[in-house]
Amino acid sequence: MQLAFIWVIGVAAAVGYGIFADTADAVAAALFDGVNAAVEFCLGAGVIMCLWCGVFEVMRRAGLADGLSRLLRPILCKLFPETSRHRETFDALSSNVAANLLGLGNAATPMGIRAAQGMAQAHGRRSARELATLVVLNTASVQLIPSTIASVRAACGAAVPFDILPAVWVTSVCSVAAGLLSVRVLRP
Amino acid sequence: MNTVLTLMMPLILGSVGLYALGRKVDVFAALTDGAADGLRTLLRIFPALLMLLPMIYMLRASGLLDALTKLAAPVLAWLGIPAELTSLMLLRPLSGSGALAAATETIREFGADSIIGRTAAVMIGSTETTFYVIAVYFGAAGIKNGKKIIPAALIADLVGFVMAAVTVRWFWG
Repeated sequence: MQLAFIWVIGVAAAVGYGIFADTADAVAAALFDGVNAAVEFCLGAGVIMCLWCGVFEVMRRAGLADGLSRLLRPILCKLFPETSRHRETFDALSSNVAANLLGLGNAATPMGIRAAQGMAQAHGRRSARELATLVVLNTASVQLIPSTIASVRAACGAAVPFDILPAVWVTSVCSVAAGLLSVRVLRP
Repeated sequence: MNTVLTLMMPLILGSVGLYALGRKVDVFAALTDGAADGLRTLLRIFPALLMLLPMIYMLRASGLLDALTKLAAPVLAWLGIPAELTSLMLLRPLSGSGALAAATETIREFGADSIIGRTAAVMIGSTETTFYVIAVYFGAAGIKNGKKIIPAALIADLVGFVMAAVTVRWFWG
């Protein structure tokens, strides 16, 4: 529903401001430029994204996500001491984080929801805080391979589409740390 | 390090393929199934992009986006963020396809290897569609005291935006 407001207000504002600022001709022409850009996106970045989806499916079937989730357990124990005592919820939680790291969005969400439901059922203040931590881990991206935006960069002629990786990693670590710290301080 | 990043995609393709063959996975079937899945995702977001990109192009052509950018410029300059990324940052927590459309437009206009283009890419790569994720988890887990999660998540987004500008200037400035 929020997109309905964004879109209607955006189009109305563009037309209104266009008439006011005498740029109405450019606004009318831009409509078709935008349509062309959408088609170009699908033929350029879109097909590269499809290739990545294939690679991610191979990762999933090879059990890379399971291996990574086992590696993550010691760290997640520290971050989720209460949840780590509930076997099933903790399994779902570590699968969620592993899938997020690998960029397997379709696999991450159902696991995250299962973990969240387990935490919500456990009641108690500490579980509630760990649930908030889980949600913030999911809203602040922790993706190791940002394939979508790398596809866009490749389609737009970047010399090395993945050279932004170190910057993305540093930024991700900072924003996740800020999110986790905020959960501690705000104590939801 | 640079060679590794240049060869990132073929390296991942090769090593994941070898590892998966070793684990007796039918690699080619997995590749094509995944690509078919990706095509379905693309088909799902295409209608949204088809509507959102013209909106963003029209806003820019009308001059309104420039006017808003000028208004936001002093605050963003203080944070060290290029003012051209205003619409991207406003859309990011609300709509995944909207933010992708804004980023694509910015990267195309300023160039993939420009400071602004890189900052847009790092912003997208290191943040998520915050309100959508929160809505999914609130709905599924029936979270009651969820209102305090929103400020924490938005603080994380803001730190992500500022750090995207900082790291890009740091690596390429």
